Amino acid sequence: MNARVAVLAEDLTKHFGAFLAVDRVSFAVGAGEVFGFLGPNGAGKTTTIKMLAGLLAPTSGRGEVAGFDMRSERAAIKQHIGYMSQLFSLYGDLTVAENIAFFGGLYGLAPAALAGRRDWVLQMAGLGEQRRRLTRELSLGWKQRLALGCAVLHEPPVLFLDEPTSGVDPLSRRAFWELIYTLAEQGTTVFVSTHYMEEAEYCHRLALMNRGRLIALDSPAALRASVAAPLLEIESANGPALLGLLKGAPAIRELGLFGRAVHAVVDDAAAAEAVIRAHSAAAGIPLAGIARIAPSLEDVFIARVHAEGGAPQD
Amino acid sequence: MQLGRLRAVARKEAIQLRRDTRSLILAFLLPVLLLLLFGYAITWDVDDIPLALIDLDQTQASRQLGEAFTASGSFRLAARVERMVDAEPLLATGKVRLALVVPRGFAAASAAGEAAPLQAIVDGSDANTAEIAIGYAQAAVAAYALRLGGAAAAPPLVAVSRVWYNEELSSRNMIVPGLIAVIMMIIAAMLTSLTIAREWERGSMEQLAATPVTRGEIVLGKLLPYLIIGLVDVLAITLLGLALFGVPLRGSVLLLALLTTAFLIGSLGLGLFISAVAKSQLLATQLAMLTTFLPALLLSGFMYAISVMPAALQAISFLIPARYFLVVTRGIFLKGVGADVLYRQGLLMIAFAVVGILAAMQAFKKELT
Repeated sequence: MNARVAVLAEDLTKHFGAFLAVDRVSFAVGAGEVFGFLGPNGAGKTTTIKMLAGLLAPTSGRGEVAGFDMRSERAAIKQHIGYMSQLFSLYGDLTVAENIAFFGGLYGLAPAALAGRRDWVLQMAGLGEQRRRLTRELSLGWKQRLALGCAVLHEPPVLFLDEPTSGVDPLSRRAFWELIYTLAEQGTTVFVSTHYMEEAEYCHRLALMNRGRLIALDSPAALRASVAAPLLEIESANGPALLGLLKGAPAIRELGLFGRAVHAVVDDAAAAEAVIRAHSAAAGIPLAGIARIAPSLEDVFIARVHAEGGAPQD
Repeated sequence: MQLGRLRAVARKEAIQLRRDTRSLILAFLLPVLLLLLFGYAITWDVDDIPLALIDLDQTQASRQLGEAFTASGSFRLAARVERMVDAEPLLATGKVRLALVVPRGFAAASAAGEAAPLQAIVDGSDANTAEIAIGYAQAAVAAYALRLGGAAAAPPLVAVSRVWYNEELSSRNMIVPGLIAVIMMIIAAMLTSLTIAREWERGSMEQLAATPVTRGEIVLGKLLPYLIIGLVDVLAITLLGLALFGVPLRGSVLLLALLTTAFLIGSLGLGLFISAVAKSQLLATQLAMLTTFLPALLLSGFMYAISVMPAALQAISFLIPARYFLVVTRGIFLKGVGADVLYRQGLLMIAFAVVGILAAMQAFKKELT
């Protein structure tokens, strides 16, 4: 196989009884890539990750992780991946250092190597002062960073993170993503699932999942660019009044208030701009500016689901 | 099987155990409490049976008969009443267990060499004690008759019985070694029943499954700290048994340690198996209690001899490792026998240990694939 491919999935499928959790999903993730999995709960993200991490046997299809076959070389895969489950699963009744020592032991690190890696994790997670504290006393953000540290003690080439930042405050989330980037720069392939749209933006490439199917796969920018209908952002002195004014106006499909600005999905940007300027001049609401902007990933997701002819899950 | 991973699991388990008060109490306090409770409360010795004497004869002979009853120490004269009706409330309230009626004309009849009838009324509500009381009463009467008749009347054949291994026939000597088996069966299974269930409940099992650690390493790693605790417990119970209850220890301590290890591994394995199946700490504890406490107490031969049980219960008793360990502890403590006698029990316990561990590993195979 291609040495540059870190994770490969070919027609991965998983049934739970009659329920089709993952439906013929295929993709290839390059080494050092930050690969995002975006989709609502129950879209099949976790199931796909568990199959790749060797925790669940696929019903059909095949895959490779770090060059090992997903079905026949699970033991080797487990030695070459880091995994952080959706549920926080370090031991609360162990101290920070004890958790690190435990997972280091499970990954077969020799005492000398473990000491070096432990210091690295403590420094990376900013937990040097807390090493003797019980893990259950740490804030969630710190716990997540420790869990990440424990998952990369053995310097795995591939890292699976299943919604690692759910429930974490934005500041800790940002710190967590800085760690992810650090790891990716060092060559680690990071496979991360999320349902935070702004987090998805941080990924090099994004796979959108819905109802067990992969509905789109590209860089965030390319995905946004793929949405055909232009989106205009209108800055004005009085957003709410402008919103009311433009409702039902020709050439405008949809309207939404984003902070003080109004977003409008339109058929034709130039025609719509003329209509908007005319309406605001007539009503005496001065415009600060009109700009065509790229759609958000949320817009992309909805558009893709519609294009597939299906409805998104709740 | 990799030693480093095994050690990591065992060390983690030991740390968690050290910080868990509930487990610590279960591990160290409960065995001692159970020993004291059972050791002092359970006794199968019957002596000092309260006796009511209804002496209608009022002769020297009748008084000597009464003395023959109390002289052995088996009976204690609790009441002396004039009429049978006065003895009835004493029997009803349990103040006396046996009422001895010496009829009018008892002395005259025995002096004339005729059969002198005596009546003993026994409280049968506790059948065991009643049986024993009747036996004691017959022995007392026989002793009295012997004295009365003198050497001439001595029966031609006399059975002289000697008791081996437990010379004073103290039930405590039987109970304490047996208790080690019963207590450790319960404690061992209870302790480990929590550990795998806890991993499932806290969601850490999934994290373990994603690491290279194998099922065998998890099962053995979890077993190891508890095995050490179990051995410490057995040592403590043994020392207490020797010091407090004066139980003899006549056999090899090394053999006892080896066979205890085999027994503990089997019981710990049973607990791990239950834990892996139940996946909830509450359910696992209850299952462990159910599968160890009553079987070990009632079907192991601790309270009732297995040979007198119905066939179905005898068959079940083969599945209870405490049954084998009981033979081992009683054999080593009281009889001082060695491996030549106990090898069968030893092999069966080793078989149970192997099956227990394999079953525990098998139980979470599906999830840890």
